[in-house]
Amino acid sequence: MAAEETYPEGLKYHPEHDWARIDGDEATFGITWHAQDALGEVVFYEPPEVGATIAKDSTYTEVESVKAVSEVYAPLSGEVLEVNQKVVDGPELINEDPYGDGWLARVKLLDPAEADELLDVNAYRELLAD
Amino acid sequence: MTLRRTPLFDRHVAAGAKLVPFAGWEMPVSYAGVRQEHLAVRSGCGVFDISHMGEIETAGPQALELLQRLLSNDVSKLEVGGAQYSVLCRDDGGIIDDLFTYRLGEQRYLTVTNAANHDRDLAWFREHSESFDAEPIDAIDRWAMLAVQGPRARAAAEGLFAGGLPARMRAATLALDIGGAEGAEALVCGTGYTGEDGVEILCSPQAAPALWDALVAAGSTPAGLAARDTLRLEVCFPLYGNDLSTGRGPIAAGLGWCCKEESGFIGSEAVAAMRERGPAEKLVPFVLTGPGIPRQGNQVIAGAEPAGVVTSGTLSPSLEVGIGLAYVHTGLAEPGTEVEIDVRGRRRPARIKSKPLYSKG
Repeated sequence: MAAEETYPEGLKYHPEHDWARIDGDEATFGITWHAQDALGEVVFYEPPEVGATIAKDSTYTEVESVKAVSEVYAPLSGEVLEVNQKVVDGPELINEDPYGDGWLARVKLLDPAEADELLDVNAYRELLAD
Repeated sequence: MTLRRTPLFDRHVAAGAKLVPFAGWEMPVSYAGVRQEHLAVRSGCGVFDISHMGEIETAGPQALELLQRLLSNDVSKLEVGGAQYSVLCRDDGGIIDDLFTYRLGEQRYLTVTNAANHDRDLAWFREHSESFDAEPIDAIDRWAMLAVQGPRARAAAEGLFAGGLPARMRAATLALDIGGAEGAEALVCGTGYTGEDGVEILCSPQAAPALWDALVAAGSTPAGLAARDTLRLEVCFPLYGNDLSTGRGPIAAGLGWCCKEESGFIGSEAVAAMRERGPAEKLVPFVLTGPGIPRQGNQVIAGAEPAGVVTSGTLSPSLEVGIGLAYVHTGLAEPGTEVEIDVRGRRRPARIKSKPLYSKG
């Protein structure tokens, strides 16, 4: 079952429709409700390698629906600590719970100050409204 | 350009369909979800609005002769109440369209065209009809078309007509026996594009909403174009525009079985020559043996060499692996051959298979 449209407070948003939940010098990444809705039912997610370094604003993985492929952008730079194996096994979690069980990767931040460049929920909502 | 809407547009909106532009039409790509719709057709019954498909009626004393000249199959074998698949070829054997033709009467045939090709097909029919006492008539506005597919499709459709449903590859004109469309005539055909049993129903645009409602009430799951695509790909039915094109002929496409060159159709000499010498490449199904989803346009690699191109690819909802159709060098076309598919820079191991990729276990 697809989730209702939501954009939680407290997350940082990237204009390519990705979110980051920052916790000290670590962060969890995922895609927003808008991104999963545009894509439709996600059927495939291939995670990055644990230990890989991913750079802010560049793609670190792809998620695919039956009909389309979507690149996923890293909202922040970091080293991958953990990937969500549950999403690898059940990619529909991205549709069902994009900010919870549908998270994609957890990283150790290389430059926590980068977070200042991301959008808060109000700015992201404004971007969606445009 | 304004998109055309089928007579079932309001039903799709009410059912929460995701609507997309397709060949000039605004069509439902999915309702509840592609996977769910796909599996409903495999295990129960799905109903598709395929009213975007075109129809050409060919009528007249020389209707048979005209169609024999145009269509690759032996149209003289098509009996009244029968259905036949064929391709429409250019002189060089390139495929203009793939078509089902139903014989409605001694001198009346109905040919169903692909939406994107309808105008071109109609022009081709007319251009070649001049020396025949037969007239191709554009019937696209006369018909809505629904496909009811799945192991329970016949049970769902059965009570809606005054008369029994036609057998596989047969067609019958039956009166509708449902509220809102009593007595309206429908052409019911034992054909489909999913690999499942079922019928395709042509009826007037006015009768279509009542028929749709009755089929849904009888337990059919509304299914969209995306599920139609994954269903046909699992059973390796080619799709025009993906797997079939004017740039390739029916022999390479594996459609030699519906080409009867002795019938003298346009392109028969080129097709006969290709059959004789053998095509350089063949359309074959494949599965990925690891993760990934192949997509149209991906390259096929054998060793380090380019060896073909993917023309259709998806994740199979029934098999839960990446599957596709690809034109590969004839030497690689044997089932069991190991190749790789270049999926946006990642090489995915794949194996050539025989048709169909999915069959009821």
